[in-house]
Amino acid sequence: MTHSITITVNGQAYTRQVDARLLLSDFIRHELLLTGTHVGCEHGVCGACTVLFDGEPVRSCLMFAVQADGHAITTVEGLSSDPERLHPLQQAFWEAHGLQCGFCTPGFLMTLVPFLEANPTPSEAEVREAISGNLCRCTGYQHIVDAVLLAATRLNGD
Amino acid sequence: MATRLFGARVKRNEDPVLLTGRAQFVDDVHLAGMLHVAFKRSDYAHARLVSIDISEARAMPGVVAVYTAADLGDYWQPSPLLVPPPPVEGAVFNQRTAGQLARDKVRYVGEPMVMVVAESRYLAEDAVEKVMVDYDPLPAVVDLEAGVADTSSLVHDDLGHNIAAHVVQRKGDYEAARARADVVISRRMHYDRGTAAPMETRGVVAQWDALARSLTVWDSTQAPIPIRNGLAAMLGLAERQVRVIAPFIGGGFGPKIMMFYPEETLIPWAAMRLGRPVKWIEDRQENFVAMTHERGQVHDCEMALTRDGQILGVRDIFFHDTGAYDPYGLTVPLNTQCTLLGPYVVPHYTTEFKAVFTNKTVVTPYRGAGRQHGVFVMERLLDLAARELGLDPLELRRRNFIPPDQFPYNNKIIFQDFTELTYDSGDYEPVLDKARAMIGWEAWQAGEGARLRAEGKTVGIGLVMYVEGTGIGPYEGARVQVEPTGKVNVATGIGTQGQGHFTSFAQIVGEQLGVPMTNIYVSTGDTAQFSWGAGTFASRGAVVAGTAIHHAAVKVRDKARRLAGEALEVAEEDVELVDGFAQVRGAPTRRVALAELARQANPLRGAVRADAEPGLEATAYYGPEMGATAFGAHALILEVDPETFNLRVHKYVVVHDCGRVINPLILDGQVQGGVAQGIGNAFYEQLVYDETGQLQNASFMDYLLPTALDVPRIDIGHEETLSPLNPNGVKGAGEAGAIPVGPLFCQALEDAFQGGGLEILEIPLSPYRLWELVTSA
Ligand code: FES
Ligand code: FES
Repeated sequence: MTHSITITVNGQAYTRQVDARLLLSDFIRHELLLTGTHVGCEHGVCGACTVLFDGEPVRSCLMFAVQADGHAITTVEGLSSDPERLHPLQQAFWEAHGLQCGFCTPGFLMTLVPFLEANPTPSEAEVREAISGNLCRCTGYQHIVDAVLLAATRLNGD
Repeated sequence: MATRLFGARVKRNEDPVLLTGRAQFVDDVHLAGMLHVAFKRSDYAHARLVSIDISEARAMPGVVAVYTAADLGDYWQPSPLLVPPPPVEGAVFNQRTAGQLARDKVRYVGEPMVMVVAESRYLAEDAVEKVMVDYDPLPAVVDLEAGVADTSSLVHDDLGHNIAAHVVQRKGDYEAARARADVVISRRMHYDRGTAAPMETRGVVAQWDALARSLTVWDSTQAPIPIRNGLAAMLGLAERQVRVIAPFIGGGFGPKIMMFYPEETLIPWAAMRLGRPVKWIEDRQENFVAMTHERGQVHDCEMALTRDGQILGVRDIFFHDTGAYDPYGLTVPLNTQCTLLGPYVVPHYTTEFKAVFTNKTVVTPYRGAGRQHGVFVMERLLDLAARELGLDPLELRRRNFIPPDQFPYNNKIIFQDFTELTYDSGDYEPVLDKARAMIGWEAWQAGEGARLRAEGKTVGIGLVMYVEGTGIGPYEGARVQVEPTGKVNVATGIGTQGQGHFTSFAQIVGEQLGVPMTNIYVSTGDTAQFSWGAGTFASRGAVVAGTAIHHAAVKVRDKARRLAGEALEVAEEDVELVDGFAQVRGAPTRRVALAELARQANPLRGAVRADAEPGLEATAYYGPEMGATAFGAHALILEVDPETFNLRVHKYVVVHDCGRVINPLILDGQVQGGVAQGIGNAFYEQLVYDETGQLQNASFMDYLLPTALDVPRIDIGHEETLSPLNPNGVKGAGEAGAIPVGPLFCQALEDAFQGGGLEILEIPLSPYRLWELVTSA
């Protein structure tokens, strides 16, 4: 049984015929070929597949594409694709060495963008709490935390 | 010389593509007409295969092919042995490697039996559900000691027992030393299994181009060149017909150096046979059982000492769990034997292991690769000895350090690279002192530690030492080329999994050629770019490939200076390379661009000198005669929650010495990430098997990776004792963070429960296990 759905991803509307069981993560990656969103576990624990669903972070491996019909999704490609003009959070990850293999990174970014909007001056403890649902096997998190605090300082203009 | 690049905290060249979601990982490869694979894997740890019925699976919608072992014909073959047994006298090694798909018998849960190829992964998985397997279950070999008993069930029937290997190494005469000893500490210690759990699982995509008769394979491997060579041989192709690309890899940590995994030879075979591109991406549940594990060992160990704390000797007899097959030889237990010695003088040493086949996932190196077990045994024995002798544990360590004037220091036993284990350089006391000062050993015990204890808090402090053999052979190579545009290309054969090679290698080249980082493009892991090499393992990328790159860059530098000397009519010694130009020292306006030299070195008409090679390009190789030994200390202050037995780390210090540092930012990241894995190994991560050989916790819900709430901030101190083995004096650093964390936790926990008689002789722990140990002490 297939369904016709229309999903706006990074500002562009896509209409596709999809199986009811197609995961949103697979739709984004394999139908739209937006491969910046990564899949680390497919059971909702690692956070690598995090995207914004009408502005809220969700795990795209825990949703079906049909559930996103009529909604707006933002993926890491929607932050900035221009290395000269990175989103301040991307820039801070770069400068603070907040990534090694980079596989977890899009999920961290998409978790943190709304977090920093809601809490522009977080403490280190709040940052750690905010990313405690995202797994990173490479960094030990310290440089990620540093990157978030750096981005917060910049976003607040000091 | 322009600003120094070598040693600078440069941000990474590879990050922009990763940060913007444009980096290509294996699962990001999409090809027209691509088919997808799913495997039917064994549900049993040990069973005879009575029959496999694939007829229903074959009839499922979208299914293109279904293969069992029988369908592979001659292509079915046991995978080659990756590392031969060491040249140790009397060593026994029984090679048993797996064919691609099980036939007759399955030997671990997750062993592949049937490959389904379909139009989508969803359809392939549907069909896997329809594969009917009739098993005749056998008792599973799960426990190491039970496995070597005469009555045990046999993993490999033809062998007649479950001993995969037996190796004894001796230095001096331990028994005689023991007879002279004032104290002998002897214990049994356990180290259980864990998994590397890279965030990206494994994956393979293969495309056969029938017109060009060439095969392209994208593989999440740490060793693209050996994969290329092996695949060509197996598929009857010339090496030039096979291109293996290890693109961006989402973490490796060792298990991705293992080869050949069955999937790595099956996917290309199917692509050739079916004439369509084929993809297989491991899912997380598969990864828990199908990617190799590490760490299961049981040690019966003892240390003989004099009353004043001098080590006379160590004897260690251990079992090593190799899983159902032993394709990686004996690298892991050999590392254990060798790394045990640590930074200490151990005049007499007997070490013996039996590797045991079990009905569990195959064991191959995972970050540390057996080193942590050796460090665990040694550091635990030292702590127990210090307690017995009434000595300060750090003083006991200090008294036994190899003195700095004794290097190179030969330990007289055979290491994983089959040479006698020799430390190239070392100076241990400064590292101990620095770690002691950074953690505030005396001050904390007398001050805050005492105060917290008086308040009833359960707090403890610890400090342990380790050495790490890094940067072993055989060799790596590299090509450095200046393009006529002035851009510099660097190609090497190793794969990269997040270690920052695109950056550190550019720093090495930039340092020699005076070219800015942003103009240097590093290619790793593509056999079309560079054809020779072994791979990324044993903390060797920066040391071995880095040194080959250095040599190639020096050759290019010298050629550029010679050409510029001719063009500018000065002696080549007076030419220096700065910011993309070759210029006269002291007269920088007399200069010629490197780009121009590259153009001149490759003329289309006219005459070049008969002996001149065209282009501003050079290739070089480096094969170290032995590994470079890094070393360090970790120190920790922790607090135990009296209700939950959870831990809070107040302070964590790493002081380490890995020779000259190429990029401190990348190095800090390596250390922090290593410690995080070490903490997981010490207190959170354990693969739990039941008595039938079923893995009980194959998901991230049940197998706990440390989160940002579990890993503390880590204070890092660096010492630099240069390696005399390579021109830059570097040693490897990839594993140092992970190695000594287990014994460190044990020491600090015993300190926290002081007076309670607690002895911790096992890893991993958990809040529950700690509670059990404390209440039974
Ligand atoms: S892939 Fe979705 S949470 Fe891990
Ligand atoms: S950078 Fe590799 S998993 Fe986070």
